[in-house]
Amino acid sequence: MSGPAPHRACGCRDYNRAELLRHAAAQAGRGLPAIDPGMPVPAGTGLSRRGFLLASAGLALSVYGAGRALDPRVFEEGIAQAAAAPAQPVLVSVYLQGGIDAMSVLYPAGDPLYARYRPALGLPEGAGPAFSEDPRLHWHPQAAPLAQLHGEGKVSVMPAVGYADPDQSHFTSRHFWEVGATQTDLLTGWMGRYLDLTGAPDNPLQGLCLDESLQPSLATARMPVAAIDTPSSYSFYARDVWGPPQEIMYDCFDALGGVGARSGDAAMRQSGQAALMSNALRRQLTPFQADPGGSAPALPAGYPKSDDHFPQRMASVAQLLGAGLPLRCVSVSTESVFDTHDNQAEDFNKGLDAAAQTLLAFQRDLEARGLADRVLTLVWSEFGRRPQENASGGTDHGAAGCAFVIGTRAAGTMVGEWPGLAAGLDDLGNLRATSDFRGLYCSLLEQWLGHDAAPIVPGAASLARSRLVR
Amino acid sequence: MAHTRGVHGGSKTVRRRRHAPAPSPHGHLPVYGGRFTPAHAERLLWRAGFGPGRGEAAKLSRKGLRAAVLSLTRPHDRSLHGPAPTTQNGQPIAPYDAWGEDVLWWLDRMVRSRAPLVERMTLIWHDWFATSNDLVNSQRLMIEQNETQRRLSLGSFPSLLAAMTTDPAMLIWLSGADSTKQAPNENYAREMQELFTLGAAQGYSERDVREHARALTGWTSVWSQATGQRENFHFDAKLHDDGVKVIYGHRGRFGWRDSVRLALEHPAHPRHFVGRLWSYFCPEPLSRRDARAAERLYVSSAKRIRPVVEAMLMHPLVHSGPRMVKPPIVQIAGMLRGIGRYIDTDAWAWESNLAGQMPFYPPNVAGWEADRWLNTGTWLARFNLCAQMIDDARALTPGGHRRGAPVDPRRLAAQALDFWGRPAVSAATRGALVAYAKSAAVDAASASWEREQYPALALGALRALVVASPDYQTS
Repeated sequence: MSGPAPHRACGCRDYNRAELLRHAAAQAGRGLPAIDPGMPVPAGTGLSRRGFLLASAGLALSVYGAGRALDPRVFEEGIAQAAAAPAQPVLVSVYLQGGIDAMSVLYPAGDPLYARYRPALGLPEGAGPAFSEDPRLHWHPQAAPLAQLHGEGKVSVMPAVGYADPDQSHFTSRHFWEVGATQTDLLTGWMGRYLDLTGAPDNPLQGLCLDESLQPSLATARMPVAAIDTPSSYSFYARDVWGPPQEIMYDCFDALGGVGARSGDAAMRQSGQAALMSNALRRQLTPFQADPGGSAPALPAGYPKSDDHFPQRMASVAQLLGAGLPLRCVSVSTESVFDTHDNQAEDFNKGLDAAAQTLLAFQRDLEARGLADRVLTLVWSEFGRRPQENASGGTDHGAAGCAFVIGTRAAGTMVGEWPGLAAGLDDLGNLRATSDFRGLYCSLLEQWLGHDAAPIVPGAASLARSRLVR
Repeated sequence: MAHTRGVHGGSKTVRRRRHAPAPSPHGHLPVYGGRFTPAHAERLLWRAGFGPGRGEAAKLSRKGLRAAVLSLTRPHDRSLHGPAPTTQNGQPIAPYDAWGEDVLWWLDRMVRSRAPLVERMTLIWHDWFATSNDLVNSQRLMIEQNETQRRLSLGSFPSLLAAMTTDPAMLIWLSGADSTKQAPNENYAREMQELFTLGAAQGYSERDVREHARALTGWTSVWSQATGQRENFHFDAKLHDDGVKVIYGHRGRFGWRDSVRLALEHPAHPRHFVGRLWSYFCPEPLSRRDARAAERLYVSSAKRIRPVVEAMLMHPLVHSGPRMVKPPIVQIAGMLRGIGRYIDTDAWAWESNLAGQMPFYPPNVAGWEADRWLNTGTWLARFNLCAQMIDDARALTPGGHRRGAPVDPRRLAAQALDFWGRPAVSAATRGALVAYAKSAAVDAASASWEREQYPALALGALRALVVASPDYQTS
């Protein structure tokens, strides 16, 4: 017997409130939990959710969509139709949880002030590979897989990406990145709005989140999108019951669930809906039940072996694309948490190692499957950390951070510049942004997804584009 | 069951104002004036405790609302009654050392305490000041924090906040230890305002976060090679920034006590305190008017917790407002109380974890997501833990039904409810249980052995189905 899975995080886990509120997202008409009145409403609030099993792929899906009857059979047809249509570009969004320390991913060994800001955490010049586009910067040793892809011309680097008037709350800043605007009141994600304009009403796989529930960047207003839960054994056991009384017992789940679902009371409804959903899932998963005690499927070569789901989830993305399923926007987040207020050297290295190895393995996987020219991967985090390290062997919340666009079609050239520690800090001692994440989204929409950014990103007209796609 | 009206389903609430609403001694919050039935007492015990033991709801309802609430908020007896907890091998538990036995230690208190609100308030403060052993990595420090929260559970919130600010587990969790003059760590300063006292973006700035962080510097600990733990948490003036700080426009050479005081004196604090505390007792927010009254009560009673809790527990919305999903550990404790079982297995630690709540391991500093307890995974876990509740002594003997005797589906349903201490259920749920009993014990049985066996099998299923009902999962 073991304890809960260890988190590699410091106690500041408020980034997780996004998580927390996100779970509320699928319930129609519900407000925020009352604890944080100043927080933005998470994108996706108000969507209705239905779970079903995509039999053709053996996957349990949670489908999110507003205002329409969600019939699994319709989706099976819609997915088949979309899969038969000409292949479309795919955008995979990878979220590095907790605000990664950009100044360690690409560390400015060549900046004369670096040693002063990072007396304990600083790395020597020769520790990691040089960054060819700026002699001041070096890749962290654990970022070597990214350096390798960059050397192949497959990584566009944004060394200081962010926005004006940076917010240092995990929740608020992540919300901005998810909705594609520095507005607290937007309810749909930036990729969700793209799918609302271009998606199909019967293909939930067009916006797919590999997680227990939907990530806000994919929240739509109209079109269905989906989250895949890890399919696992799902069975009910009641003591002293077998035979027909047991079989009939499951029907009573629906009867009791119906009592709750029809109730005027929200808590009764939550319970009733959980009962109905659980029984539907039980029925759907019955033919797919793994052997009792069976082990998880092996990861393809190259993905790091890890307790965390991130490598498995990225491998699943490649697998789903390889199976011809009509994915268009995908979101995944690391399980490693980069909110390194303390003990950064150890936690950061471990997390970055797993993330970078997985990203390289994913790229190689796509290349081996002949899919590489159809997929771009955007890697982002809600903010960077403060240049001045703290006394706990860690770093506090900062402003500008790093982002990467990875793929054979990525332009492979730096966007913005690293501003330097002498002139590049704001009056709170945080790094100034030299590129704007909303401009990054505009560029991806226009150059990769082939859609005008104006109806998707607020204020798109005034945002600078960069060449991101070759 | 007429007496469940007003407890089941907000829309069907029947207010029976036989008595004029009692005048409130506390700050003019309205007091529930309807009948205080056993079903109402049952709900109160779930909201302010861990559900009724056998017969407790009826007994409490006879006291009337006010005496019932005061019996919870001013308990005479804080001792534990019943056998001490053991593992399944009959060994005493090791709360400081063995995985999950910290949870057993607390669950045992929830089950055996005669002061259930004290335990429930402790659970509330554990959620409010959510600290996880994931990072603290010391069951001893977590339990010590828990003891502090219990001791101060109904006392002064300023004392509680001060105690939490310098609590060793908290000092580890939110990086308060080793936050120094040279490099103040903002973690605690931010969460103290955002989650513990004011609410996100409620009248403070990034500058205030930094200045609080400076004021809070000076706490440290000593690493013990012998135990491999941090020990001797103390304030070291050499590490403290004694310079002038500006917090909310006030200037001074502030220290940690000032930091706590300034947050508590901030005009946004009473509203946050009342709003968050109320959310633990009722899912429907207080009207602005009632919230204002509660805020005034809080401030005028020197920010003591007990008067506010007393007023809240008498509020009409607690008794006739919407239902709440029971937190997993609350339901587990209540199931044990309902069947009269004590802690004799470590299963509850992992069962509770599967059901979505591992005490001492909240998911993050904001605590558990109390309005999203139920999903396909946690619903499965709540169902499956029934099997664990039914130990050998409580198992059904197969084939107990006398040959030829008529089977009464209503009686089977009643027996299953009786097993859990007769929780109140709606007519619709009772109907679903009876319908199941008829189809499983009567209609499905044709051969004579089936007629003999199926009633017991149906009763086994009915026990679990009671727990699967939306009525039982909520209060």
